[in-house]
Amino acid sequence: MLSSVQNPRLFFVRCRFQFHLPSKSRHFHGSVAVRTSETVMEPQTHASSTTPPSSEILTIRKSLLSHQKKAVDIAEEYLNRLRQTEPQIQSFLHVSENALRDAQAIDQKIERNEELGPLAGVLVGVKDNICTVDMPSTGGSRILEDYRPAFDATAVKKLRECGAIIVGKTNLDEFGMGSTTESSGFQVTANPWDVSRVPGGSSGGSAAAVSARQCVVSLGSDTGGSVRQPASFCGVVGMKPTYGRVSRFGLMAYASSLDVIGCFGSSVVDTAILLHAISGHDILDATSSKRVVPDFSSQLTSMELFESKPLRGLRVGVIRETLGDGVDMGVISSIKAAASHLEELGSTVIEVSLPSFSLGLPAYYILASSESSSNLSRYDGVRYGNQVASDELNSLYGDSRANGFGPEVKMRILMGTYALSAGYYDAYYKRAQQVRTLVQKSFKTALDENDILISPAAPSVAYKIGEKKNDPLAMYAGDIMTVNVNLAGLPALVLPCGFVEGGVAGLPVGLQMIGAAFDEEKLLKVGHIFEQTLQGCRFLPPLVADSLS
Amino acid sequence: MASVLFRGIQTRPFLLYPSALLSRKNGVLFCTTKCSQSQTATQENQQTQMKVSPRTHTKKVEKILHDYEAIIGIETHVQLDTLTKAFCSCAYLYGSQPNTNVCPICMGLPGTLPVLNSKVIEFAVKVGLALNCNLSMNSKFDRKQYFYPDLPKGYQISQFDIPIATGGFIELDLPTEYGGGHRKFGITRVHMEEDAGKLLHSGNGSYSQVDLNRAGVPLLEIVSEPDIRSGLEAAEYAAEIQRLVRYLGVSNGNMQEGSLRCDVNVSVRPIGQLEYGTKVEIKNMNSFSAMNRAIDFEISRQVDLYSKGEDNQIIQETRLWEEGAQRTVTMRKKEGLADYRYFPEPDLPEVVLSEEYVDNIRASLLELPEVKRRRYERMGLSMQDVLFLTNDMNVADFFDATIERGAEVKMAANWIMSDIAAYLNNEKLSINEIKLTPQELAELISSIKGGTISGKIGKEILFELISNGGTVKALIEEKDLVQASIPTLLIFMVNIKFIK
Repeated sequence: MLSSVQNPRLFFVRCRFQFHLPSKSRHFHGSVAVRTSETVMEPQTHASSTTPPSSEILTIRKSLLSHQKKAVDIAEEYLNRLRQTEPQIQSFLHVSENALRDAQAIDQKIERNEELGPLAGVLVGVKDNICTVDMPSTGGSRILEDYRPAFDATAVKKLRECGAIIVGKTNLDEFGMGSTTESSGFQVTANPWDVSRVPGGSSGGSAAAVSARQCVVSLGSDTGGSVRQPASFCGVVGMKPTYGRVSRFGLMAYASSLDVIGCFGSSVVDTAILLHAISGHDILDATSSKRVVPDFSSQLTSMELFESKPLRGLRVGVIRETLGDGVDMGVISSIKAAASHLEELGSTVIEVSLPSFSLGLPAYYILASSESSSNLSRYDGVRYGNQVASDELNSLYGDSRANGFGPEVKMRILMGTYALSAGYYDAYYKRAQQVRTLVQKSFKTALDENDILISPAAPSVAYKIGEKKNDPLAMYAGDIMTVNVNLAGLPALVLPCGFVEGGVAGLPVGLQMIGAAFDEEKLLKVGHIFEQTLQGCRFLPPLVADSLS
Repeated sequence: MASVLFRGIQTRPFLLYPSALLSRKNGVLFCTTKCSQSQTATQENQQTQMKVSPRTHTKKVEKILHDYEAIIGIETHVQLDTLTKAFCSCAYLYGSQPNTNVCPICMGLPGTLPVLNSKVIEFAVKVGLALNCNLSMNSKFDRKQYFYPDLPKGYQISQFDIPIATGGFIELDLPTEYGGGHRKFGITRVHMEEDAGKLLHSGNGSYSQVDLNRAGVPLLEIVSEPDIRSGLEAAEYAAEIQRLVRYLGVSNGNMQEGSLRCDVNVSVRPIGQLEYGTKVEIKNMNSFSAMNRAIDFEISRQVDLYSKGEDNQIIQETRLWEEGAQRTVTMRKKEGLADYRYFPEPDLPEVVLSEEYVDNIRASLLELPEVKRRRYERMGLSMQDVLFLTNDMNVADFFDATIERGAEVKMAANWIMSDIAAYLNNEKLSINEIKLTPQELAELISSIKGGTISGKIGKEILFELISNGGTVKALIEEKDLVQASIPTLLIFMVNIKFIK
């Protein structure tokens, strides 16, 4: 069974604990050894030459406080990289003109010895369906081209209060509907690991931007996996918080009962710091939770302090249904290896079954489409956004919407409208809600018996641009790993756990860890230990590896 | 969909009413007890009202209803007087410049979310209790979806299958000049929802403008059972709803401002027929008397078609009341049922009421019109007096305070209904705005009853008290108005004789 799965990497883990102290230097060797007998790859031949990702946020903070670097220099470093890589990656729909000015303001604060917010000088990319007052917010849709909101989303407001610099607005599938960014009304983002491949979606721009180090961290939104799947495809850490943990005010609604704002970072620590900054109750969102927000990152100790079995006592359940048919062999191998890794760290790993798992996908698509058909009604061209002039009201609506929405959005609006129609409501929407209850119950049972559940974040690694564009069902099927978590409203963390063959340097595989409601702290803690003890994997895409090594 | 299109047409002129004028409008507007229509729903009659004698009017309807029965149900929208809108912190001030009482939330900008104003629940529970309804301890909001430019989100937040209150009733007394009578009408449901904005159409119809001031203002929709049988009953039902919401302090109930709007469904059937006839919806009635006349017109129209054997000409449609022509005309025909694709509003948590919360509200309710009427009746007042006094809660409170201070019931009622009401009517004041206090009115009545002053002198003092205040005692002394007692008078007369 799972515990018997052996992976050479485990050997390194043991070795590390016995012989190696973590190296502080950041080396990257582009050479990749492909183990052809398995599709799992070890990108580095020498384990000692790679280091686990360290926190960019804490590094920036340290260098600012110690006057080693100016915020302006740090911002310029990222902006330069952004300029260099953007022609290939196209992760941003808008880049702020104010980033350097904001950085100067931070430097002035430092000069005046003023207190710095926890994200001072940190460049944050914000998914373009999250409202920002000083930049256009289009939701990736032509219907909102050049639309400038009158207010900042609560999450953005909190980031600014923490000193963060909003570097720009990242590309996405129109209104979050899609898994590749190919449905964006403006451009297709490329995967930094292989620019012929998709970055995933819908938060593909945010994931690619962090992956290519165009910004330090970024915000995404996750309705059915839109943070986790692109995190997996781009080899970054992605956090989907519990529904209600982060205010949705200012997030353009796709499916209100499923939408959450999530975080991307290049390390678990950065993701945790970002999550802490945006979490908490908001009087402007009636569905936001009043629960106390723990300081997620304070629990994440440095590797030197780990015991030999830091996860002793942790009960991990591998979701059986996620490692079956339709899942790439390479992905399965990586997840099994990750399970072994967790076991090696002291946790007990068992296989659990979620019988309602396969029902989640159709239920998700009915609920999400239904809610979206309602949520997108406001884009009618009357008050804002693109209006097609007309002599008659119905054609004003029809033409504005026909012109403004892309095909994927239209399809989902039609599906949702159909599902909510009189006579079909009981058969579709109501039934899907019943499935949702079942999914919630089965997760509850599984999480009563296990501390965390693990699965792949996606059934495959990043695929080619255009590969699934004309096969929506194949694309929808790619969401099987993630949608159930949204239906249950649970938190889930995705972090890189391995590579499979593909591209020039292999393609990253993401491990999904699912926790009980409001237990992000545990996920981040486990994720951090996993990440820091993961051997032989350095998740820096070849596109920027040279400039950063 | 029906109500939506209507809103477009029913655009009202933008007038900046000073608030003082509004409060007067809400006050007592009728003259004396001789004004027979004062207590009825027809009190809101406007200059445009045709002079119809109550008796002949009633007779005509009675004649029609000899062979036919009208079935009437009413949907009433009551705008709640909350400080802020239902789901955002905007104030709503009637008559404000267009689009000045708006924010990103009530304008439906991308990314905004509704947060429920808890006052809306409180007011809904008050009305639910006052209408003797069962309250749903767990209710929810739903989205009602349709496209119209005055609906910013493309859906209206409303309640669908679990309204906050169901299965109640309302009791009322018909005005005596129409023959009187006590009625009890069933209330199907009461639910909370938000209002839409308004369209302002240009004079030549070439364009329309959207005013979202009203968008998001909380409404209660009160749906009656089809228990109502005539225009008069319908108008009285609406008047009682108005009285109730004013008593409860949840709405100003002003029909002209659109704070109280009634959509009426009317059908007729031959007496003895079990199934209902085809129902017709009537809109655009801006006063109770217009409701009365519109419904009676519609009943006559439908009965006329029935009696000519053309009942197939009665189709399910929405008809508009034309005040000028005094008739209903086709506005649009209904083509099947509109599909609003209701589903639970995911942005708002369920509405959960606790027993304690409801009990506290129940305990806070003041005496309601029906209870007051029965109490006044037991005091020995005529139904005409009862209806007059209970129509306005301020008048009733004044009356209650006066008799509490020892005034004789019938006399207190008479003074209030005659001279005081006449004064208020002339000066366009409410009873709270005059200087006369219940204490002094009671004093005045006692002085007259005790024979200290005559009724005539009492009247002089009354007007002095109303306009300048002061006490009865001081005024009597100041003006030396003590009525000559009989012994003095006799001596005086005897002396005269002697002199002669």
